[in-house]
Order: sequence, then structure tokens, then C-alpha cells
Amino acid sequence: MKRLIGLGLALTGALCLVNGQVTQIPVIKEGGIPAIAIPDLRGAGDAQKFMAAFNETLSGDVRSAGLFKVVPKTSMPTFVPQQPSDFQQPPSPDAAPPPARGRKQAPAPAIPTSDGGRWMQDWSSPPTQANFLAFGYTATQNGVLVLQGWLFDLSKDMANAQLIGKRYLGTVDEAGARKVAHEFAADIIGLFGGQSMFGTHIYFTSNRSGHKEVWMMDPDGKNQRQITRFNNISTYPTASPDGSKIAFTSWVKGQPAIFIFSVDPVRDLRYYNQAASVNQAGSFTPDGKQIVYASSAGTGRCCRIFTANLDGTGFRPISSSSAIEVEPKVNPKTGTDIVFSSGRSGPQQVYRMNMDGSDVERLTPGTGEASNASWHPGGQRIAFAWTQGYSTGAFNIFTMNVASKEYVQLTHGDGKNENPSWAPDGVHLVFAKTRGNSSQIYTMLADGTQLQQVTTTGQNERPVWGR
Amino acid sequence: MFSKRKLSTICLAVALAMFAAGCKKKVAVQAPPPPPPPAPVQETPRPAAPVVAQFTAEPTSIQRGQSSTLRWEVTGQVTSVAINQGIGTVQSTGSNRVNPSDSTTYTLTATGPGGSATGTATVSVSSPPPPPPPPPAAPAITIDQRLASDVQDAFFDYDKTDVRSDARDVLSRNASALKQILTDFPNASIVIEGHCDERGSAEYNLGLGDRRASAAKEFLQGLGVPADRLKTISYGKERPQCTEQNESCWQKNRRAHFVAGQ
Repeated sequence: MKRLIGLGLALTGALCLVNGQVTQIPVIKEGGIPAIAIPDLRGAGDAQKFMAAFNETLSGDVRSAGLFKVVPKTSMPTFVPQQPSDFQQPPSPDAAPPPARGRKQAPAPAIPTSDGGRWMQDWSSPPTQANFLAFGYTATQNGVLVLQGWLFDLSKDMANAQLIGKRYLGTVDEAGARKVAHEFAADIIGLFGGQSMFGTHIYFTSNRSGHKEVWMMDPDGKNQRQITRFNNISTYPTASPDGSKIAFTSWVKGQPAIFIFSVDPVRDLRYYNQAASVNQAGSFTPDGKQIVYASSAGTGRCCRIFTANLDGTGFRPISSSSAIEVEPKVNPKTGTDIVFSSGRSGPQQVYRMNMDGSDVERLTPGTGEASNASWHPGGQRIAFAWTQGYSTGAFNIFTMNVASKEYVQLTHGDGKNENPSWAPDGVHLVFAKTRGNSSQIYTMLADGTQLQQVTTTGQNERPVWGR
Repeated sequence: MFSKRKLSTICLAVALAMFAAGCKKKVAVQAPPPPPPPAPVQETPRPAAPVVAQFTAEPTSIQRGQSSTLRWEVTGQVTSVAINQGIGTVQSTGSNRVNPSDSTTYTLTATGPGGSATGTATVSVSSPPPPPPPPPAAPAITIDQRLASDVQDAFFDYDKTDVRSDARDVLSRNASALKQILTDFPNASIVIEGHCDERGSAEYNLGLGDRRASAAKEFLQGLGVPADRLKTISYGKERPQCTEQNESCWQKNRRAHFVAGQ
């Protein structure tokens, strides 16, 4: 059985948590990732009707964090505690009898080995075998949805088991239930060094309105909403580092041109496009003050890599090749180098260069076609799409260490897998998968596991994960 | 009151009876002669008033712009015959063509020593029906139709932007057609769209589409098509004309396509 050993620091943190605080405690584990049991929580009265959304969100967030093995509900005990006082102390030969609110019948002469969920060890022993238990309940109080959420370390005794004991408040509706679930999950994930995706957004292109428009959604696919309404082709979104703006490419004025919008409220910030047959959005610089993009300006041939201010002024070329060079992505950590796609050696490959255009190097080996490079937030790795080992156009998602050029393949066929984008936590990726004539957006962990489809309506593509 | 009336009736009856009895009994008195018959009136001959024997309009209903004929005949002693509505004095018998623009009632007045007589004739004027549509002109061919019939797509190889030999033939024919079209439509411009198949990355395909459109434009320019009336737009792989996943379909999408400018 997996055992978890808390550090001395963890004990300190756990003591703080008793008082409602949540601080990250490093947990050292032996033999694999911790198992967490998340039985369905129930709601008192009106709150119950939102609990399906709540439970789906809570377990979905914790599972997608990739830090836990989530115990299947079928292997859980039948009795689910709703608060710590629901736990019973198992009898022991030399222990005091159970407390007053204990069981109706006296302990049998033969010492029982379990109590259907009323004992903490019912959750830690087979078949459940959880290391941690998340439990609690919701209720409405004064027009507010209240979640009482606890996380217990099942390796401790009851006095020391509580890692989280906290009250979360939301509106009395499904959105409020999802919010408190996201927040509870974020505390659980944070405790194990993870970062909740709650509050980040995925920007993408959908044709569900009848035209390709830029949309945004929560990382679990909820709250999908339309940003652009040009009734034309508006696509290739990219998000500013703080999530306040997006840049994208639209044909609404004829030739493809760059637009920059604020997200909340949605507003056209009126980017000035230099005269060119093609201007296409690339990425923001880490300070959010400039964009890099691809343009046919000057040469009349698409495209060289340019940089400009957010209003379109101060534009200047960075690259000078006569090949097609597109998809520039500035290193989000350093701001000093750019990865991009170029046809300068034949079929398009992923390259890297300094912000001034110097030290150009090809990152992919030259086989197949490679494109769609996206930086890991740490600035040392990229994800990209590559046809290596597959037919022309049959892309798969890979990651690569930019310094060593070692790469890992994450998807293996099953359609075309394109446009990977790292989540701000550096653990998740979002990408577009096209099977037949249907394109949808998926998230997964950066090791290729925890694949989740997050769109279903219309054709959806070009995801980018921002704040 | 009743008795009074009865009394007077009785008195009258008695008086009459006494008178009658008296008459019969008395000598007859010769009645005065009747008055002589009136002398016959000496007739002063008076002239007869004229008679409007006929005053008609034929036809009585016309459409605006058409004419009607007034016919009249006046008998009897006549000193003047006149018709109003600007016709004036006329002979006692005659006809006159009129073409009033609105419904008009003509009054003929005949005057003679014996008096005058009038007759009226009305001509109703109706508006003509709206004119029929003009005969169909020789069908006007739009620039879109001309482009569809006279100009063909130029196709490209995968990941290539150079004009291959079959495309050179197509573009050469297109050049003649486009020059004629631009002459026939002196205000028009032509947009050369660059398209790609779905296999490359979207942004890279935007580059390919741009270069394919530019290559077609430069080729046409070399054959004398005015460059200032040729524009290019790259759609990359955003507007495929075929969505199947096979080479036949992909080839259809790797093209320079010609449409009318705005």
C-alpha cells in the first residue's frame, strides 16, 4: 500500500489548515502518485439539485490535475461522511467505547474489521485504498450556496488528519456550484504542488455561428462564449500574457489583417495594419507591450517575421529569409528568443532565433513537416505539431527540449492533431484533433494522458490556452 | 251647435222649395243672351325655336391621346350655332374632331329668332395603360459570368508556388480573356485568390496562397494584363472548394482563382 510521509513542514502546514488556512505542503510519496477518494457530496435542500454539476467539476478538476489517482466510486464504502464528526473511532480492546452518537448496537464480541465507511481506515484499506479523502456537503444559507469541504490524510489519526477544512461561498445556481467546486479542487491541487486551471481560459476558433469566429471557454469546456462577430473569417487567436487581450487574424476587410481586442469587455483596440497582402497574428511579448507577427510587407511575399507595438506602430522586420516564415512565438520566460515555422530548408520546420533575428537554428530534424510551436511557460520546452512517421498532413503533438532538441511524441494518429498550446501551469496542453471532417478541441496532460474533449458544437480549432 | 246647423239646413231647404214653387207658378222671364263669342284672336306668326336634331360624339370613350368626332345637326331657323370648349361658332350641320385630354362635356347652343336650344355630348377620356416592358434587350452578361465562362483556375503542386506548365497554358488563355473583360468592364478590377489544400499548417498555407496569387498575377502582368487592376488575396486553407481527403480534392484546392473585385 502506498504510504505518504509528510515532512516536518507538512505538519506545520497541517496545523495551520485546521484553522481554515490552505498552504502548500510538499508531500513526498513512495511508490507512485497518491490515491484520492472523492465520493459524491450531497446538498441540503435546494442545494442538492446543483450537486451533479458540483461533483462532476470537483472530480474533473482533481483528475485533470494529473497529480492523483482518483479512486473509482464503485470501490468506495457505502457510508459517506459529510463532516469530520461523522467518523467513528474503531473499537480496540484497550480503547474506550464509541462516543455517544455512535452506533445503535454495541460492538460485537468479535472485533469488526470495517464499518462501511464510518471509520477512516474503511477508506484507506482495500478495496478503496485511498491516501486522501475529500468530503463535505453543501447547503443554502441566506441566499448563498455554502460548501463545507474537508480533505483528510488517511494515514494520520483523526486529530491530525485534516489538511483542508474550509467554507466556500457561491451563488445558488449551477455556476455557483461549479465555482465552489473549482475553488475546493484548486485548494486540493495546490496542496500537492499543482496549479488549478480554474480561472484560466482557452481561446479558440469555432464556426458554430455560421462563420469562423474567435471564442473563449473555461478549461473544462464550460462557459463557451463568442468574442468576435465579424461574420467573416476571424481566426488564429493568441492571448496576451495577462489574458486581457487577444490578437487574431481576420479577412473582414478583404486581405488577412491583424486585430487586437480586449477580452472583458470585448472591444476592438484598433490595431493599425501596415500595407501588406498578408498580416497574420503571432504572439505577444512577455511584457504584453508588443506583438510579433508574420507579414508580406516590404517584399510583397508572405511572410517575414515582424514586431510592432500593440497599436501597430513601430513595426520592423526581424527575419530576412525569402522563405515563408510564420507562427512566431516569443519565449514567455526570457522574451529574448522566438520559435517559428519556416520553409527555408524545404518543407516547413520549426526554427529558433534571437529577437533581433540572429542565431537562427532549426530545431526539428527536417523530416516531415513541423509547425505550430508553442512555448512551455518555463521557456525551455516547446510543444509542436509534426508529421514525422505519418503521411503528409497527418500531424501529431510532440514536445521538445529546445536546448537538447530531444523530443517526445504525445499523440499517435487517430486523426490529425494540431495547434498544441501549453496551459499556464505548464502541465496541461490543449490542442485540436481532426477526425474525418470533424475538428474538436481536447486537453491532456503533457505526458499525453488524461485526454478530455472539451468542445462538441460545430467545428472547433486553433486553441490557445491563456489566462 | 248641432241644432243651429240643422236649423240653417232646414231654412235653406224651405227657401229653395218656395222659390221652386214660385217659378213654376210665375210667368217665365227671358234669360239674358249669352255673351258673344270671343272674337277670333288674330295670330301673329312666331318663328319656331331651333331644334338640335343631333349632337353626338363618336366614340364617346377614348384613351388619352386619341380623338373623337362630334357630329351635330340643327334644324329650324338658326342664327348661330356654337360649341363651347373652345370650338366656337360652327355651321348648323357639321362635324369636328376633338382630342380632349380629360373627360369633357361639349355643349352645343343653337340660337335663332324662335329661341335657343342646347345639346350636350360627352367624351370620356381614360388614361392609357402603363406601357409594356421594353422588348428584352440582348442579355447583359455580368462580369461574374464572364469570369466563370472565360477564365479558369490555375493549379499548383503541393507546397509549391511556381506556375507549372498546365497552369501557364491556362494563364495565357486567361490573360486574353481578362484583357477583354477589363476592356468591357472599364471600372472593374479582378481579385486573384490564392488557395491551398488542408494539409499544411494554416499560417504557412497563408504564405503559400499569397505566393500562388502573386505568381499568377506576375504571369498575367507579363502578358500585358494591367497590374493596377489585379489584386490578390490569400485564403490559405480557409476556403476550400472541396473537403474530401484525397489527392483529387486536394488538387482542386491548390489553385489561383479569379473573381471580380469590389
